[in-house]
Amino acid sequence: MGLLSDPNRRRALISLLTRLNAPICVVCYMAGVAWFMGLAFEPFTLRTYMSENAMGSTMVEERFPAGERALGTGREFSAHKKKAGGMPVDWLVKTMQSRGLEVFTQRFSRRLPFPDEDKERYMVKGTNVYGILRAPRAPRTEALVLSAPCSPGDDNNQAVGVLLGLAQYFRNQVFWAKDIIFLVNEHDLIGMQAWLEGYHHTNTTGMDWSPLQGRGGSIQAALSLELSSDVVTSLDLVLEGLNGQLPNLDLANLFYAFCQKIGVLCTTQGKLQRNDWDSVSGYSHAVQTMMLMVMKQASGRPWGDHGLFLRYHIEAATIKGINSFRQYKTDATTIGRLLEGMYRKLNNLLERLHQSYFFYLMPSLSHFVSIGYYMPAFGLLALILLLRALDLWIQLATPPTFNLNPPPSQMSSPGVLSVLTPLVISHLTGVALYTLPIHFQEIAVEHFPVSETEAVVLTAIAVYTAGLALPHNTHRGLFVPPFNGWKVLKLVAVLYLAVLLGCTALINFSLGFILALTLVPVAAFVTPDVPKALSAFIMVILSPACTLLFSVFLFQELQEMPVSFLDGWMLYLSVISQGILDHALYGSLVYPLVALLVYPCWLLFWNILFWK
Amino acid sequence: MAAHRCSLSALLLIICSLLVFIVADSEKATLTGDHHATAVDNLQTVTETEEGAAAEEPAVEEERRWEETVVEEATADKEDTSAPETVVQSSVPQPKDDFQEELVIRPLHSGDIYASFQFRTLWETDFMRGNKVSHYRLFPKSLGQVISKFSVRELHISFTQGYWRTMQWGQPFLPSPPGAELWVWFQDSVTDVDGTWKELTNVLSGIFCASLNFIDSTNTVQPSASFKPLGIGNVTDHRFLRYATLPREIVCTENLTPWKKLLPCGSKAGLAVLLKSEKLFHSSFHSQAVHIRPVCQDWQCKTTSWELRQTLNVVFDLHTPGQGKLEWSLFKMFSRTLTEACPLASSSKIYIDITDDPQGEQFEVSPATHLLSQAMVLGDRRTFSVYDLTQQITFGTVRSLNLLIRWKSSEGDMLRPLLHAERYVAGYGLQTGEIHTLMYNNHPYRSFPVLLLDSVPWYLRLYIHTLTVTSKGKDNKPSYIHYQPSKDRVRPHLLEMLVQLPPNSVTEVTVQFERALLKWTEYTPDPNHGFYVGSSVISSLVPSIVAMDTNSTREQPLFSSFFPCKEESSYFMRVYTEPLLVNLPTPDFSMPYNVICLTCTVVAVGYGSLYNLLTRSFQIEEPSPGLAKRIANIIRKMRGVPPL
Repeated sequence: MGLLSDPNRRRALISLLTRLNAPICVVCYMAGVAWFMGLAFEPFTLRTYMSENAMGSTMVEERFPAGERALGTGREFSAHKKKAGGMPVDWLVKTMQSRGLEVFTQRFSRRLPFPDEDKERYMVKGTNVYGILRAPRAPRTEALVLSAPCSPGDDNNQAVGVLLGLAQYFRNQVFWAKDIIFLVNEHDLIGMQAWLEGYHHTNTTGMDWSPLQGRGGSIQAALSLELSSDVVTSLDLVLEGLNGQLPNLDLANLFYAFCQKIGVLCTTQGKLQRNDWDSVSGYSHAVQTMMLMVMKQASGRPWGDHGLFLRYHIEAATIKGINSFRQYKTDATTIGRLLEGMYRKLNNLLERLHQSYFFYLMPSLSHFVSIGYYMPAFGLLALILLLRALDLWIQLATPPTFNLNPPPSQMSSPGVLSVLTPLVISHLTGVALYTLPIHFQEIAVEHFPVSETEAVVLTAIAVYTAGLALPHNTHRGLFVPPFNGWKVLKLVAVLYLAVLLGCTALINFSLGFILALTLVPVAAFVTPDVPKALSAFIMVILSPACTLLFSVFLFQELQEMPVSFLDGWMLYLSVISQGILDHALYGSLVYPLVALLVYPCWLLFWNILFWK
Repeated sequence: MAAHRCSLSALLLIICSLLVFIVADSEKATLTGDHHATAVDNLQTVTETEEGAAAEEPAVEEERRWEETVVEEATADKEDTSAPETVVQSSVPQPKDDFQEELVIRPLHSGDIYASFQFRTLWETDFMRGNKVSHYRLFPKSLGQVISKFSVRELHISFTQGYWRTMQWGQPFLPSPPGAELWVWFQDSVTDVDGTWKELTNVLSGIFCASLNFIDSTNTVQPSASFKPLGIGNVTDHRFLRYATLPREIVCTENLTPWKKLLPCGSKAGLAVLLKSEKLFHSSFHSQAVHIRPVCQDWQCKTTSWELRQTLNVVFDLHTPGQGKLEWSLFKMFSRTLTEACPLASSSKIYIDITDDPQGEQFEVSPATHLLSQAMVLGDRRTFSVYDLTQQITFGTVRSLNLLIRWKSSEGDMLRPLLHAERYVAGYGLQTGEIHTLMYNNHPYRSFPVLLLDSVPWYLRLYIHTLTVTSKGKDNKPSYIHYQPSKDRVRPHLLEMLVQLPPNSVTEVTVQFERALLKWTEYTPDPNHGFYVGSSVISSLVPSIVAMDTNSTREQPLFSSFFPCKEESSYFMRVYTEPLLVNLPTPDFSMPYNVICLTCTVVAVGYGSLYNLLTRSFQIEEPSPGLAKRIANIIRKMRGVPPL
C-alpha cells in the first residue's frame, strides 16, 4: 500500500496496468481456466475424511437380514400400485401400521403453470404416506427421514420394498434416539415439496396440501432411495440440490465409508473412481466427473428427491441403485445393511452435521475440492473485470492530463442519462423475458399451431431474440451522446457484471464460473470500434442462451450419451421449459437470475457494440 | 341358589350403606378444604379429586361382580381416604404416619403395557410450627427438612424420559413433560421467594442427583392460572408459585436411586423390589415424580397432615410383528417376582385394568383373582382386578407372585383422545420462525375451555402482535390472556390464555419469533444441536367419556341414567405438548483462529492503508537541497539576502 501512497510509484503502477492491460487479462483468463482444470488432478485435491466425531469412531454392526422379504414386499407394492393406478394408499397405510409405525397421509394438488411434457403432467393430485417410528424414551425433538418415491410404471418398487423392510427391522431395535420417518412420496419432487412444506408449514410456491398430523421434531438428515431392480451393480450418490446447494460433505463421507466397509461399488455422477490418476485417461476421467458435477450444480435443479430438503437446512442425499451389465452384483440385503449402518450412525449424531464442508466439488467419491481451492479459479476470471474497470476509469478520468481528483463535473449529467437509458431498457427486456412466456401461452396457443409448452419455450426464445434488436437503437434521437459515452456505460456494465458474478459464485460456484467463462471475454473486449459483424457473431455465441445450448451438448457428451444436433435442440427446448417449471414449482432461482440480471447485463455489452 | 343370592344381597346392602355414609363425609371434608375456590380454582379442585381418584382407585372390594355396585361407585371415588382401613386407623391415635403402595397395570390399546407405581406416605405433623421436627419414621428426613427450611407448602417434581404418546396410549394417570419439571408453592410467610427458590432448587438438585441447579430466573415463571395448589390451603396468590422445566434433562439410574431411597422399605421389600433400572430404562417411556402437599387428616379436616406421593410410570414396548396374543408377566417386565408386601405398608395392592374385556375373552390373567374394583379414571369407568399383597393367600403355594396376562392387541389404528395437542416450529432459515400449537377437541358435540401455558426462553423473541388463535378457519378470541414479555438474559416469555375449543375441531395458536444471536459465551457446548423450548401445558376440564355415552350401551339401572351425573360430566386433565428443538444462528466455533487472523489482517493492511489514502492530501515533495546549498542559504540568510 506504500506503493499507492507514493504518487510516482502509483503512476508507474497505473501506467503499467494500463499498458499491459490486455496481456494481463489474457493471462488471467488462461490461468483461471488452467486452475479450474487443475482441480481435478488428484495430487492437488484432498482425500475425504470423516470430520464428525459422533459418526467416526463409533462402529456399528449391520445385521439387516430380510432383503428377499423386502423384495417380496416390493412386488406386492407393485401389484397394488397397478391395481390402484397410482399410489396404493390403503395398502401402504395398512402395511406400515402392521410394522408398528404411526402412519399418516397427506393429500396435495398442484396445477402446473403449463403442461410438463417430459413427465406428462399438468393437473397433479396425489397422496403422500409416511410412517413414524417413534424412538423409545425420546421426546420427539429430532428425526431422520428415509424416503422412496412412488413412481409411475415399474420404477422404484424395490425401493419401497426395502424401505418397508427396513421399517420392520428398525422397529424391533432398541437403540434409536431419533424418530425415523419413512416416507413414500407420490409424483416425485412435487409430492416431496408438498410434504416438506406441510412439515414446516410454509408455502413458497402456492401448492395446495392438507396439513400434516404427525411430526417428529426437527429433521436432522434425510436419504432418498431409488431402486428399480432386484440386484444392483453399484450405488450412485446424488448430492446436487435445489439452487446448487449441497449437503454437508460428511454425508457423502458416510456413504463412501459404508460402501468401503460392506464392499459395494459406489459411484458419483455415475462414474467409478479410478486409481490411475497419473495417466491421461485417469485424469480425464476425473475431469469428466467433476465437470458433470459442475454442470448439474449450475443447472440449479434438484437432481433427486433429496434436493428440496436442503432449503430447510436438512442434510440430504439420494442413493440410486444402478444395474448395468457387470458381473459383480449386490443384493437387497446388502443395500439394506448399508442403509442400516448409515442410519445407525446418523442416529448417533449429537449435533446437526456441520463439521465438514458445505461448498465443495468432487472429482471422485474419495476426493474433494473445497471452496478455498476452487474459488481462485473464479477469482482470476473476476480479476479481469476489475482490471478492465480500472483501465476505463483511468481513461475516463485523465483524458487531457493526469488528475487525481476524479470525475470532471461537466460529463456527469449527460453521462448518467446516457447510462441510465440502456440500463432501464435492457432490464425491461429482462422483465419481459421473465413474465411473458407464461402469461402469453394462451394467446400463443390460439394463434399458432403449438402446444402450451412449446408456446412458452418459443415465446421465451422470441423475447430473447427480440431483445437483441431493441436496445441498441433506443438511445438514438434522445440526445447527443457525449464523447466517450460508451466508456461510462461499459464501466458501469463491467462493474455490474463483476458484482453479479461474484454473488452468484458465492452461492452457486458452478453457475458463476460457467457464466464467467463466457461473459468475461465479452465484457473485456467489446468496444464500438471492433469489426461489427464478427464481434456480433462472437457475442451471440457467448450469450447466456448459447451457453446453455453448449452446456446441453457438453453434458450429453460427458455422460457418454452424445446426441445429434436435432435431438440436442429438442433437449435444449425441454431444458428451457424445465428451468421455467423448476422456478414455478420449487422456487429454483436460475431462471429469474438469468432473465432478470444476467441477460440484461449481456444486453448492455451488446449495446456498447452498436454504440453510435 | 335363590336363597343364597338373597343373603348375599343383604350383605351387600349393609356394606353399601356403610360406604355411602363414609363417602358423604369425606366429600364434605373436601368441600371445606377448597371452599374459597375461584372459577379457575374450581377447575383445580376437580384435579385434586380426580387425580386422587386416578391414583388411588378406591379400595372398595366386592366379592361379587361389579354390576351390583355401580351406583355407589359413582360417588365412591371422590376422596382418597375412603378405604375402610384408613378410617379405622384415624380413629386409633397411636401411629400418626401411614404408608401405602400400589401398582396399576394397564394393557394399552397399542399393545404396549403401562405400569404405574404409587407410594403414599401420610404424616400428621406440622413442619411449620416453631418446634423442630426431629423424629422421622416413615417420612424421609431429607424431604422433611426441605419442607421446614424453605417453608414449602406444596412441591411437585417430575423426571421424565420420553414423550407420552396420547394418540396410541390414551391418557396417563399423572401427566408429565419430557425432562424435569418442578413447581412449588411457598408459604405466604416467605419474604424472599426468589432467593428461597434458588436455594431450594440447588438442594433438590443434590437430593435427586439432577441438574435442577440449572433452574434460574431465565427459565422460571409464575403462572397466574395454570398451576393451582392441589392440597388444602387458601392462598392462590401466584407470587408464591414458581414453575420451571428443564426439557433437556436426561433421566437415568442416578435419579432413580435417590428416588428409591425415599421409600420406607427402600428397594428391599414390597413393590419397590420391581424397580430395577436395567428393565425400567429399557422401555418406551419412563417418568418418576414426587408430590408433597398438605391434605386433611380426617373428615372434619381439623388437622392437616403431609402427604408424600411418589409415583413412577413406565411403558414397556411389547411390539412383536406377528399377530396373535401378546404375553406379559411381572418377571418379563421387571425381571423380578413379588414375594411380600412392604412390612411397613398399611396397604399394598396390584390393580390390573381389565375394562376392555369384561367377559374375559381377550384377557387371560393368572393367577386368577375374584377381587374386582371399579373406579372413574379420567372420565372413564374402569374395572380392575385387585391383588392384595398383604394377604398371604395372594402369593399362593410357591410364595411368589408372578402375574401373567395374555391379550390380543388391536394394533394399528390410533386413538382419538378427547383432548390432545401437538406443537412444532414452522418456517425455514435462521432468522425467524413460527411456533404452532395445535389443540384437538375430539368431542362430538361439546365445547370446553382450556388454559394454555407457554413459557418460551428469551432467545426466541416472540412477536406477540402476530399471535393468532384460529379454530375451524375462524378467529377464536381468548377470553383471558396473561402475557409477560421476556427480558434478555433475565426472564422468559410467559403466555397464558383461556381458549374455548369448539366441538370436533382443531384450534391453532401461532406466534412468530425471531432467533436472537447469542453472545459467544452463551452458547452451549453443542450449539449445533439446537436449543430447547419447554412443553406448553394445557389444563382443562374435559367432558367425560361416560357422560358422552348417551345411548347407554352399558347395562345399568334405569334410575341412575336419566340425568347426566354432575360428578361424571367433566374431569380435569393436563396435557403436555412435545418440547421444541430450535436452531439458533451459530457461528463456526471451529475457526476462531482463522477468523481472528483474517480480521486482523484486513483491519491492519486493508483498512489502514485505505484510510491513509483517503484522508491524506498528497503533494510532490521538493527534492531536498544539497549540503553546499544549505550552507549557502544559511549564509545568505545571515546576510539578509533571499535564499537560493
